[in-house]
Amino acid sequence: MAGRTQPIIRTLAVGGAPAALLLMLTLGTLVAVFLRADGVGALGPAEWAAIRFTIWQAFLSALFSCVLAIPVARALSRRSFPGRALLIALLGAPFILPVIVAVMGLLAVFGRAGMLNAGLVWLGLPPVSIYGLQGVVLAHVFFNLPLAVRLLLQSWVEIPAERFRLAASLGMGPAEIARYLERPMLRAALPGIFLAIFLICLTSFAVALTLGGGPRATTVELAIYQAFRFDFDLGRAALLGLVQVCLCLAASVLALAITNPSAFGAGLDRQVARWDAAGPWLKAQDVMALALTAVFLLLPLALITLRGLAALPGLPEAVWAAALRSLLVALGSAAVTISLALPLAMAISRASAGAASALETLAMIPLATSSLVLGTGLFLVLRHYADPATLALPVTAAANATLALPFATRILLPSARAVEADYGRLADSLDMTGIGRLRLLTFPRLVGPLRFSAGLAAALSMGDLGVITLFADPQTATLPLQLYRLMAAYRMEDAAGAAVLLLGLSFALFWIIDKGARPDARA
Amino acid sequence: MRKSLMIAGLLATTTPFSAVAQDKPVLTIYTYDSFVSEWGPGPAVKAAFEADCGCDLQFVGSGDGAALLARLLIEGADSPADIVLGLDTNLTAEAAASGLFAPHGQAPALDLPVGWSDPLFLPYDWGYFAFVYDKTKVDTVPSDFEALAASDLKIVIQDPRSSTPGLGLLLWVKQAYGEKAGGIWSELADNIVTVTPGWSEAYGLFLNGEADAVLSYTTSPAYHLIAEGDDTKAAMPFDEGHYMQIEVAGKLAASDQPDLTDRFLAFMTTDAFQSVIPETNWMYPAKTPEAGLPEGFGTLVVPGKSLLYPADEARSIRDEALAEWQAALSR
Repeated sequence: MAGRTQPIIRTLAVGGAPAALLLMLTLGTLVAVFLRADGVGALGPAEWAAIRFTIWQAFLSALFSCVLAIPVARALSRRSFPGRALLIALLGAPFILPVIVAVMGLLAVFGRAGMLNAGLVWLGLPPVSIYGLQGVVLAHVFFNLPLAVRLLLQSWVEIPAERFRLAASLGMGPAEIARYLERPMLRAALPGIFLAIFLICLTSFAVALTLGGGPRATTVELAIYQAFRFDFDLGRAALLGLVQVCLCLAASVLALAITNPSAFGAGLDRQVARWDAAGPWLKAQDVMALALTAVFLLLPLALITLRGLAALPGLPEAVWAAALRSLLVALGSAAVTISLALPLAMAISRASAGAASALETLAMIPLATSSLVLGTGLFLVLRHYADPATLALPVTAAANATLALPFATRILLPSARAVEADYGRLADSLDMTGIGRLRLLTFPRLVGPLRFSAGLAAALSMGDLGVITLFADPQTATLPLQLYRLMAAYRMEDAAGAAVLLLGLSFALFWIIDKGARPDARA
Repeated sequence: MRKSLMIAGLLATTTPFSAVAQDKPVLTIYTYDSFVSEWGPGPAVKAAFEADCGCDLQFVGSGDGAALLARLLIEGADSPADIVLGLDTNLTAEAAASGLFAPHGQAPALDLPVGWSDPLFLPYDWGYFAFVYDKTKVDTVPSDFEALAASDLKIVIQDPRSSTPGLGLLLWVKQAYGEKAGGIWSELADNIVTVTPGWSEAYGLFLNGEADAVLSYTTSPAYHLIAEGDDTKAAMPFDEGHYMQIEVAGKLAASDQPDLTDRFLAFMTTDAFQSVIPETNWMYPAKTPEAGLPEGFGTLVVPGKSLLYPADEARSIRDEALAEWQAALSR
C-alpha cells in the first residue's frame, strides 16, 4: 500500500482546490451577506410555512421525476430504433430552458387557454386548472424528468454487457433480470438522482409562484426575495440562505446513507443485447412510455417554437449581440465547470469513504444556494476591487459554472469510480501517474461523461438569468436578460422570437459538445 | 484552464468604457433595468444629455425600483452612484430614512394630478395602475373592485413582495377600502388566476389568453395602439379612483459630481428628456412637453380620482396590508 500513498495525497490536493473554491463561492458569499447585515432576527411563522411548503413540493417533484424516469430510461436502455440518439438529446431540452420560457410553453398546453383544456371543452368535460401544487410539481417534473432519465440511462447502460450475457445463458427472464441486475443498479443510482432533483426544486421561485397560484406557494427563495427587497433585511435573507444550505446538507447525508453502491465489476464494453426484452408485451410497454414522455416534454417546446419562429428573422441587433455574449459565457462556464468537476470527481473516487462523502456533499451545495444570495455576496466582495459592470460576464460565467458543478460531478462520478475500481490497481502497478494517467486512462474512459457534463454546463449557462441582473450594464446583457428586457418593453412577440433563439442555441451547443457521447448502445 | 482564462480576458475587454472618455467627468446614474434597455428611455436620454454636458453619462441598471434601492442600501455612502432614478413613492420613505440623499434644490413646474413638495425626490414620470383587458373578449366591464370580485372575470396580478406594481395594487385596495381591504381580497381570491413574480410574466400570461385582465397601467393600451396599431386593449375605469405610481429621481449626498448632478436633475424635467418618456416608458411625462402627448394617449382612460399615500404612510401601512393580502389569498 505504500506505493499508493503518494498518489492519494496528490489527488486529494487536486480535489482540494476546487473544493475550496466551491466553499468560497457558496458559503463564503453567504458569510459576506451576513457580515453586511445589521443583525439577525428569528424566523417568523410565515417563514416556517415557506420552509414546509418548499420541502413538500421539492419532495413530490423529486419523487414523481424519479418514478416516471424508471420506465423511460429502461425503454431507452433496451430498445434501439432510428432517431433514438436524437430523441435522447431532445428529451433533455426542457432542463436547459430558462424558467419563464418553459412556463409559457407549459401553459400553452396545460393553461386555462391551453390545448388540454380546449380538448376537454370540446369533449364536453370540465376544464382542469394547472395553478396550485399540482402545477408546481408538473413544471418541476417537466424540468427534471429529462435529467433523471439521462442520469438513470447512463447507469443502465453501464451494467456491463457480460452480465446480461450471463443472465441470458442462465435462462433469466425479465423478472430475474430486474431482480439481480436492474434493482441493485437502481438502488445505487436513484438516491443520488432523487437528491439532485430535490435540491434543484428547493431553490425554486418563479415556477413555484407563477404556477402555485398565490402566496400559498411561497418558497424559501421567495422569502429571501422578500427579505432583500421588501423588508430590506439582509440578516433575514442570509438566515434563510443558511436554512437552504442546512436542508441541502441534511438531504445529502440522508441520500448518501441509503445509497447502496453497485458492484458489477468491469466489462469489455461490448454491445448489450437484451434477449429478455423481446416479448410483445414489454415492447408495447416501452413504446408507450417513450411516446407519452415525448409528447409531455416536446409538445410545450414545439408550441414555444411555433409561437416565436415568425419573429426570429426580425429580431433587433441587440438580441443577436447578446446571443454572442451568452455563447462566450456558456463556453467559458463549461470550461470552468470541467476543470473543477474532473479533479473533484477523481478525488472523490480515490478518497477514503468519509472524505468521499464529505466532498460529495460539498459538491451538492451549489444546488441549494440561492442565486440571489450568491450574486449579492459576490457583489459585496468584488465591488471593493473593481467596477461590477466590467466583471459582469466573467462573474456570470463563474457563477453559472458553480451552479453546474453538482451536475457535472454527479455525471462524472460513477465513471470515475469505475475507472478507479477497475483499472486503478493496474495503473498504479504500472506507476502511471499525473498527465500520463490522465491522457491514457482517465480521458479515454471518461470522454462520454466529460462531453455530456460540458454540454450540460454550457447549455445551463446559456439559459440562466442568474447573477447577471446584479452586475449588467446596458452593454453587457446576456440573451436571457435581453429576453426579459423585451418583455418589460411590451415586446412579447420579439421576446417569443428571442426564446426560440435561446432554445435553439442552447440545444445546438449541448448537441455539438455532447455529440458522439450519447449512451447509444454503449458509449 | 488557460483557455478559460483567455475567454475570461476576452469577455472583460468587450466591456465598454474601459478606455473611452477618460478626460471627461463621469456621471453615474443607477436606474432599473428596463430604463437602460435598448427599448427604454435610456439610450435617447443619454444621447440628449451628453450632447452638451461635456461628460460621460453612465447608466447602471439593476432589476426594478426595489432591487435598485436594495443595491443602494447595500453599498451605503461609498456607492459610486451620483443619482438614483426609478424609485416610486412607495419606496422613497425607506430611501429618505437611509440618509444617503441630498435635497434636489429644483422647483420646476410639473403636470402631476397631485401636488409635489418632496425636497429629496423629483418626479420624472407617472401613471395610474389599472386592470387592462381585451375589449373583444370582455362584455361587462366592472366599475370597482367589488364589481370585479362579484364578476367571473379572471385576473392575473403581481406579488407585492417581488414587484412594484404588485405593491401598488396592495396599497390601492388598502386606500380605497381601508378596514374592508382584507374582505375585498377574500372576495377577489376566486378571480385571481395566479400571482406572478413580476409585471412581465403577468402581462405575458394575459396576452397569451390565460386571464381576462391583468394589473398594469392606464397607459398600457397606448403601446398596443401606437406600436402595433391594435385598439382592442383598454383599461377598466374604477369609480373609487386609481392608485398612482410616481417615479422619481434623487441626488446622492456623497456624489463627487454635484454640479453635473444638479444639471441632470434640471435637464430631467425639460422637453429633451420628457418627450422620450411616453413612447419608451409608456408612462405620462412629469412635465408635458410643448408638443403635447403623442397621438393615441388622448384615447386613454383618465380616472376621476387619484389615490396615493404620502411616502411615510405608504411605508408604515404596507406590512399590515401585506398581512391582510397573505391571509386572504392563502386560504
